[in-house]
Amino acid sequence: MPSVVTANRLTDGIVFYLTSSGGWTEDIANAARAETKDEIEALEAKAEVSVRNQFVISVYAMPVEVKDDGSVDPISVRERIRASHRTTLTKDWYDVPL
Amino acid sequence: MYRYDEFDHAFVKERVSEFRDQVERRLSGALTEEEFRPLRLRNGLYLQLHAYMLRVAIPYGVLSPRQLRQLALIGRKWDRGYGHFTTRQNLQFNWVRLVDIPDVLAALAEVEMHCIQTSGNCVRNVTSDPYAAAAVDELEDPRPWCEILRQWSTLHPEFNWLPRKFKIAVSGAVEDRAATAFHDIGLRIVRGPDGENGFRVLVGGGMGRTPYVGQVIREFLPKEHILSYVESILRVYNLLGRRDNLYKARIKILVNELGLEKFREAVEADWEATYKAAIDLPDDERHRIESYFTPPELPERDARDEALAARRESDPAFANWYRNNVLTHRVPGYASVVISLKEPGRTPGDASSDTMDVIADLAERFGHDEVRVNYTQNLVLPHVVRADIVALYDALVDTGIATGNNELLGDMICCPGLDYCNLANARSIPIAKEIAKRFEDPARQDLIGKLRLNMSGCINACGHHHAGNIGILGVDKKGTELYQITLGGSPKDDAAVGTIVGPGFRAEKVPDVIDTIVDTYIANRHEGESFLETWRRVGVAPFKEALYDAR
Repeated sequence: MPSVVTANRLTDGIVFYLTSSGGWTEDIANAARAETKDEIEALEAKAEVSVRNQFVISVYAMPVEVKDDGSVDPISVRERIRASHRTTLTKDWYDVPL
Repeated sequence: MYRYDEFDHAFVKERVSEFRDQVERRLSGALTEEEFRPLRLRNGLYLQLHAYMLRVAIPYGVLSPRQLRQLALIGRKWDRGYGHFTTRQNLQFNWVRLVDIPDVLAALAEVEMHCIQTSGNCVRNVTSDPYAAAAVDELEDPRPWCEILRQWSTLHPEFNWLPRKFKIAVSGAVEDRAATAFHDIGLRIVRGPDGENGFRVLVGGGMGRTPYVGQVIREFLPKEHILSYVESILRVYNLLGRRDNLYKARIKILVNELGLEKFREAVEADWEATYKAAIDLPDDERHRIESYFTPPELPERDARDEALAARRESDPAFANWYRNNVLTHRVPGYASVVISLKEPGRTPGDASSDTMDVIADLAERFGHDEVRVNYTQNLVLPHVVRADIVALYDALVDTGIATGNNELLGDMICCPGLDYCNLANARSIPIAKEIAKRFEDPARQDLIGKLRLNMSGCINACGHHHAGNIGILGVDKKGTELYQITLGGSPKDDAAVGTIVGPGFRAEKVPDVIDTIVDTYIANRHEGESFLETWRRVGVAPFKEALYDAR
């Protein structure tokens, strides 16, 4: 199962995904995907550089599903909620805009 | 309420600049996350799913309008315009940025508030009865004792690195409205053999993955010894509590593994050996603290108000709100008013900054400058002149917070769940909203009567599901959110842990499940019987049959 590496930005906690260039994106669609254990470890090693540079915290790899149209969906409910950068609550007076 | 002296002001300001420095060192890389994490937690700052969360201490749930307005301002300026009142009588901001936290703490310090010891393995915010100094059944105001315990436990050098967090609740009334039996230490003010007040001391209560009802370690403790006795309990726990296993580290595990008698012997031996005069508060200092809690002057007034009586006759919505949210006050002509934060469709316990501002205004206009936070996630104006109730209600209607469901099914306790929380396994808020929609009709809730429905999104039980008459626990089963139902819990004097009725249900089924439970209760209840009374008489069988046999 493919995986992506996620983290939170140190300054504000915002959810980030590691890109293939070693940068970070809020959009999981642009995340680098790893297929094998070695590839996952290589991505995690890349992410560690950003940890040492005080850019992100709480780094980990998590499994995703790649759909037929190429879009990426996290497997767990938790990660689907994180990827949306908002709560799942329906439109409300304080709701987080998508 | 308690007012900071020069020492308090200086101390909190020093803590703000200390944390400002720590944040700067973290951002510069001088501190690693491993080094910084315990420091931020000691200042109530967590990393959640989407952002940092800041937990602000509201000591024993008492707020001034000035403080509430400052919370509103913080929400507006540094968060997303709202805050979440919790079952610990605290307030959480869900979207704050690390770089802003020092400014937020400075803003809190301006109004004598902070976030110290809202996290970490230390003594947390002491909680209490939201109707203190107003309730008709009160023996003694618990707030001075909460304040004494707060001052004693803040940065206590011996108890800042306990095996696990430690929660104390104090109630001074006949009815337990602070869930004291579900705390590490529960203190009940009771009348002693000679007619004087003292404490019945409970120990080892708690929720989480191993729920226990607290046990009485001392039937009567002279109140002047509260600090030395609590200190002995904490010392025994600190020495004997487990530090090798996070899940077995709370005092409830120690008390139950050791047995109450052995635990009591250890505490009493420590207490006997304690030089009490060095710890217990001198009378003059106690009186000084008590003087901060002198209730407002409430001259007796006419208990009957014609305009109020007429409105109850003519306006069913008002009559419903009045019946549930207006409570008898100990002084004739006054009432305590519950402002429900449980309007159907909204997140239980959330209040927007605008709403907080309005409630602060109303507390000044009608509430003698006092607001209380109930652990059931509502706000309370404890002292309202009965003749002002109609005007207060109309103002609440204008703000959309005149929901008359206090203590009814719609008055659910609900944790933030997987929409916010890093520990959660399942969502809770959307489920609460669906249940609220299902039971929106006030007439139906009225027919059901008082019923405590509590929901947690994980086994840590911040939503007190174990103590709900109906409890809902969200779990993750192979990637699917399932909801386990417990029945028969109670947070009151008849405290009990709910019984699991059977396998969990999928999210979309939960409103039907609650419907079935309620219908089964109504079909089985004798006239005037509460949910708990029916449950205790008929047991699990009819509920189980209704929930599972048709599946």
